[in-house]
Amino acid sequence: MEAARTRVGVRSRRRVLTWRRRRQLAGLLFVLPALACTTLFFLIPLGLDFWMSLNQWPLLGDHTFVGIQNYAQAIHDSGFLGSVGLTLLYTLVVTPALLFLAFVLALLVQGTDLASRFFRTLYFLPVPVGLATASYLFVWLVQPNVGPIIRGLELVRVLHQPPPVWLATTIPALAVVIGMVVWKVTGLQMILLMSGMQSIPGSLHEAATVDGAGWWRRFVHITLPLLRPTLALVLVFSIAGSLLAFDQFYIITAGGPSNSTLTSVYWIYRTSFVSFHLGYGAALSILMMLALGAVSALQLLLIRQSAELS
Amino acid sequence: MTAARPGLPRAAWWAACVAFGALFVFPLYLTVAQSLKAPAEAAASPPTLFPHQLSIQNYLNLNGQGGSLSIGEHVLNSLLVALGTAVGTAILATLAGYGFARLRFPGSGLLFLAMLAAFMIPFQAVITPLYVVLQAIGLSNSLVGLTLVYITFQLPFGLFLMRNSFAALPSDLEESAQLDGCSIVSTLWRVMLPLAVPGVVTTALFSFFTSWNEFFAALILITDQSRFTLPVTLSILQTGQLGTIDWGVLEAGVVLSAVPCLVLFLLLQRYYVGGLLSGAVK
Repeated sequence: MEAARTRVGVRSRRRVLTWRRRRQLAGLLFVLPALACTTLFFLIPLGLDFWMSLNQWPLLGDHTFVGIQNYAQAIHDSGFLGSVGLTLLYTLVVTPALLFLAFVLALLVQGTDLASRFFRTLYFLPVPVGLATASYLFVWLVQPNVGPIIRGLELVRVLHQPPPVWLATTIPALAVVIGMVVWKVTGLQMILLMSGMQSIPGSLHEAATVDGAGWWRRFVHITLPLLRPTLALVLVFSIAGSLLAFDQFYIITAGGPSNSTLTSVYWIYRTSFVSFHLGYGAALSILMMLALGAVSALQLLLIRQSAELS
Repeated sequence: MTAARPGLPRAAWWAACVAFGALFVFPLYLTVAQSLKAPAEAAASPPTLFPHQLSIQNYLNLNGQGGSLSIGEHVLNSLLVALGTAVGTAILATLAGYGFARLRFPGSGLLFLAMLAAFMIPFQAVITPLYVVLQAIGLSNSLVGLTLVYITFQLPFGLFLMRNSFAALPSDLEESAQLDGCSIVSTLWRVMLPLAVPGVVTTALFSFFTSWNEFFAALILITDQSRFTLPVTLSILQTGQLGTIDWGVLEAGVVLSAVPCLVLFLLLQRYYVGGLLSGAVK
């Protein structure tokens, strides 16, 4: 009896051990396909990026090691520096514009009633449409003579004949791109902000109302502080997205007029895939990666800080 | 909830909401209307507000003058890449998510974090070496190569979502399944996966949207015109013939690439918004 029990105990312990081993092995096997993809298409390119940046690397033929020459060149490349400036300007305008409009919309339609839900869906409709697709749409909207926006503005006598060619001048061309992005992305930020607002307990607002606080005071003292983590998140999404802008500029302005609307990613694209200076393009990519890394680090810092505050 | 709403009178609230609604929907309406005009009307100046005569000629003309472009082929390219990315990401993320959540092995936590780190580095930053790698393994200018690249860059989101989906399920479910003699694979397939369906749908949906709409990598990694996906194909239409652009045809192309997204979004709204929020809460 005693012996039998021990034997059963030993056997089950051994079974537990092998069972655990088998689960670990299965875990590794399950992760393997994803790991293979990540290694081949992300980790190896990432490593190669550094190596290429230290070489002169043409599309065809052999590459030659040049050390940090590509980086030295980047610091004095006025075209690249100009593209960085334009990207920052674009980010600086688009970010507050998006945030402000998204905030207003989120406040308007945060209710759970049918009308709020309906309008929310309307404002969100451009979000699933692709950025490239929306760009092709806006190129047409702002055409002189055939585009409905110019025509509409003529009808309400904001514009006069002959119609302006917005895409032929830097600032209006930039404004068209920004208008398109606001149209397409505001709904997304609205949903994120709204879910942040809805997670604020209603009892807080009720208690403040009982204490005689009006809408504005409740907004400043309850909504805004408790929304800080969401705000930080939305801001960082928007900044990172703007710093990587490419599609909308490629399609709407093609970098023009006379190369005045080239973003950093656009500049890297031209360096690597139009002039085929792949090594130099890799060096510029690495500089961009570092800049984005700094933004991400700042993001984490901000979120942690605001989490501690609330 | 309404306590946080600004103290607007009901009528002002409606007016504001309708005005914003018009602003967001009007461009979509205009492009659909433009695509349905007869070619002469689509090129008319000033533009008309609605089609005076409905016509699908613009859609037929997507094939270009004299069949220089075969739009069906490009739709098929996009569809294959998008479906391949959706299915591929869902499978890889489900397997790895289950592994990371339930079948921990030494170092699995660290590996999970490392794989999520790909979230931090956008693929615009590695596109130059990626091009070289694809060339070296014979996958440049290939839709399979493009699909694999898309899967890789959708993986962090899918992994995060699927790991959390599986980690949220009670562990006695799994234990009782194994006591009943289920193998690890059949436990995942029969017991755990049916409960993680929302996560799988969200992963597949986002992968589909992203790859259907993706422009940058498709522009660079595919050089053969017959293999272009839809967004890149539209840039050929935009360039136009002899410097003139057929705006009716271009907007027909816009509608063609926007409609699948809008339909999928309206059908699966719950998963879409849920996925956005879970991605953001990260």
